[in-house]
Amino acid sequence: MNVSTVYFGEVTVDSSKIIQFENGLPGFNDAKEFVLIDIEGNPTFQVLQSIGKEDLAFVVTNPFLIYSNYEFDADDQALEKLKLETNEHLVVKCILTLEKPFEQSTINLKAPIIINAQTRQAKQIVLKEDKFHTKHPIQQGGE
Amino acid sequence: MLVLTRKTGEAIHIGDDIQLKVIAVDGDQVKIGIDAPRNVDIHRSEIYEQILEANQQAAQTKNTLDLLKNFKKD
Repeated sequence: MNVSTVYFGEVTVDSSKIIQFENGLPGFNDAKEFVLIDIEGNPTFQVLQSIGKEDLAFVVTNPFLIYSNYEFDADDQALEKLKLETNEHLVVKCILTLEKPFEQSTINLKAPIIINAQTRQAKQIVLKEDKFHTKHPIQQGGE
Repeated sequence: MLVLTRKTGEAIHIGDDIQLKVIAVDGDQVKIGIDAPRNVDIHRSEIYEQILEANQQAAQTKNTLDLLKNFKKD
């Protein structure tokens, strides 16, 4: 299928790659289908593009690439809902807020997106840990 | 906004399957117990609003892909 995107114009997406957010994301409750699009020449980041809302996209990354010791306890309800009893199919992405210059951009470690890579079901969860907030620097070593 | 007065131990039903119960009151702190279906997300409002705001900011990414393309990770 073809998807209109914020950054890449119209792209062809394998419909088996669609990620379902049953309840949308906070602030975007009616955006329920997304697709992850790779950024050419930049393997660190991906774009989480809404399907149907072509002007809605988030830049996301694997948080462990930036904070290698990032670790959290997701609540059982969310894991149960996504049928993630084990970590086997778990994929974690965090949303970035981009700033100019890019080095001042931040990553939201408080509300990671967890994805069941097998069922393609996903949810943005909110962590209880106080040490995480929505704007951690992406610069290595910055806290 | 609907405003109801409750005493400690009293509760409020919202719809068929959500119940809020006043567990304890201590000065300006109120301890509330919530019974809700497992698919209902419950958050402290200020935290939820932070997430909502962060998502809205993050979604304003027009013109910023060039930044990403030029960003070389060490």
